[in-house]
Amino acid sequence: MSRRQLILNALLLLAACALPLVVSDYRVFQFNLVLVYAIALLGLNLLTGYNGQISLGHGAFYAIGAYCAAILMDKYGVPYWATLPVAGAVCLLAGFLFGLPALRLEGLYLALATFALGVSLPALLKYHHLEKWTGGVQGIVIAKPDPPFGLPINSDQWLYYFTLAVAIVMFVLAWNLLRGRVGRALVAIRDNHIATEAMGVNNAMFKSLAFGVSAMYTGVAGALGAIAIQYVAPDSFNIFLSIVFLVGIVIGGLASISGAIYGALFIQFVPNIADDISKAAPWAIFGIFLLGFVYVMPMGIAGAVRMGLARLQRKAQNK
Amino acid sequence: MKLAPIAAMLAVALASPAAFAQKKYDPGANDKEIRVGNTNPYSGPASAYGTIGKAIGAYWKMVNEQGGINGRKVVWISYDDGYSPPKTVEMVRKLVEQDQVLMVFQTLGTPPNTAIQKYMNMKKVPQSFVATGATKWNDPRNFPWTIGWQPNYQTEGRIYAQHILQNNPKAKIGILYQNDDYGKDYLKGMKDGLGDKVSMIVKEVSFEVTDPTVDSQIVQLQASGADTFFNITTPKFAAQAIRKAYDTGWKPTHYLNNVSTSIASVLKPAGFEKSVGLISTQYLKDPADEQWKDDASIKAWRAFMAKYYPEGNVADGSNVYGYTVAQTLHQVLKQSGDNLTRANVMKQAAALKGYRAETMLPGIRITTDAGDFAPIESVQLIRFDGTQWKRFGQIMGK
Repeated sequence: MSRRQLILNALLLLAACALPLVVSDYRVFQFNLVLVYAIALLGLNLLTGYNGQISLGHGAFYAIGAYCAAILMDKYGVPYWATLPVAGAVCLLAGFLFGLPALRLEGLYLALATFALGVSLPALLKYHHLEKWTGGVQGIVIAKPDPPFGLPINSDQWLYYFTLAVAIVMFVLAWNLLRGRVGRALVAIRDNHIATEAMGVNNAMFKSLAFGVSAMYTGVAGALGAIAIQYVAPDSFNIFLSIVFLVGIVIGGLASISGAIYGALFIQFVPNIADDISKAAPWAIFGIFLLGFVYVMPMGIAGAVRMGLARLQRKAQNK
Repeated sequence: MKLAPIAAMLAVALASPAAFAQKKYDPGANDKEIRVGNTNPYSGPASAYGTIGKAIGAYWKMVNEQGGINGRKVVWISYDDGYSPPKTVEMVRKLVEQDQVLMVFQTLGTPPNTAIQKYMNMKKVPQSFVATGATKWNDPRNFPWTIGWQPNYQTEGRIYAQHILQNNPKAKIGILYQNDDYGKDYLKGMKDGLGDKVSMIVKEVSFEVTDPTVDSQIVQLQASGADTFFNITTPKFAAQAIRKAYDTGWKPTHYLNNVSTSIASVLKPAGFEKSVGLISTQYLKDPADEQWKDDASIKAWRAFMAKYYPEGNVADGSNVYGYTVAQTLHQVLKQSGDNLTRANVMKQAAALKGYRAETMLPGIRITTDAGDFAPIESVQLIRFDGTQWKRFGQIMGK
């Protein structure tokens, strides 16, 4: 990281920390969801953006993470923070196992396989032999955590800070992972898998690993989302969620870490803006926004920001 | 004496508490308006129900044009939640914390309402007349800020049990139910209604919403020797069950839950000749029913639709539902007078005494009290005669 980047990130962090103190609780809750989505999108971006494997079923991993947290809290009285590593581990395993057979599938076929996962999971959650744990259609209601140590903030603010801390850890880990050997291998597989294999990279291993890590990120996000919403139900995780995640990473910027944040802001706020503009056809308005973004910023928001900064720099040098 | 008039004024003021009964308001109400919030699935898998939210909005438009409620206009703020519980939570928080509504009204669906119930009760904001038939909304002790409206599934199940006990005390009952909260609520109602005669149930079989058909379940029920069939299914499966029960030559006394009484989406696909004799219940007037063609309340409803919601479908019972439930809230707000606090609105919602909107079937009334948060608890039995549903017998229930 260059010095300027470091300062920029520090400023961003400062703004994120100050946010709950200046906006209403409802907005804090919304930004909490933005952080949750940002983690999920980062996970999907690892897989799709960096490794080139398309997933239309990441909502399923999000749901698994959410249910892990809810079941552990509701049935076993586990504290909320302790559910995150479990949710992450379960999803890592689930993603890795799903990734193994999926290795035989390329491009669109993989997309279809993951799509199947996404559409079938809500039905599985309703399955009556699992009902003891999942609560069936009724879902599970969980309690919202109170701020610890008698901190003078409310539970919305506390949960926001908690999520922010988790998000920072996850983002730093991803950054670390991607700038090294593993990141280069993932990108190389995306760009030309035969050449990569010839270089001695174990393609199968890296692809499964990418799937597992990606699912882990999304699972942790799911657990955080469940804690914020205080409720999980099969209807919360329909296939549309998976599609929205994909929209998020493309709009935010493929193969970009900061893109996850832009994408999360987009999927959280643009549907609401669309609903404000037209009650009759909110998704048509959403579609127009989508077309606009894709047309104006073909590299995603992160790409546009990068280009904008580069242009400014050039101008400064030319002077 | 100068003091006399002041003393007189004081005396008058002290004597009549009304002079002191100032207007009382919580957030969302003032001299000019009452803000009412709502979420509805205007998009997504349950969007067919979205018309309810629109019909209610049109109703408030009419009320406001006619001068409002006790001089206050109703501001109707309704958001799309796509039947997704997380979205409902977000939108309801927006309604309560940002739009500052006095109350939330007619939020639709069991999962979305479950998601917000804790929050509403913690914030002490009324979650009034929710649009779901689950029984759990009638729980004033644990959730004093949540109240249902329509007859709940257990009530309806109990009513069929009553009818069976009265007409065929030796019946052997076979039950088909959808394996979820909705199906189990009905099942519990039926068992509660049978009481110590619960052994009359000779067979229970369930199915999953994901099952392609219920044919094998019908065969099992027939094989059990049951002569009475309680059919707890949603429209698609109801049509299959009616057809299969007829085609196998079983021909039991067939009770069909109110959820699937639509002529267009259930009986027509099943076949009218196969549907003759079906017994079910209703509590609202069906606008597509010939017998209400000249009924004053349905005429008024048609005029309302033509003027305020012309794009709405006048054959869709959901629009009568929206209109009727909005009238119920209208009554509650009228009763609340100038005391528009959240606590008083809830108190008035639980103090409806024999209230009736004319679009309800004759004889159906709403009565609630502090321990009874189930507004409509009576229904009318109906039987299908091959072309339409015919009412018969007394009003059943409370």
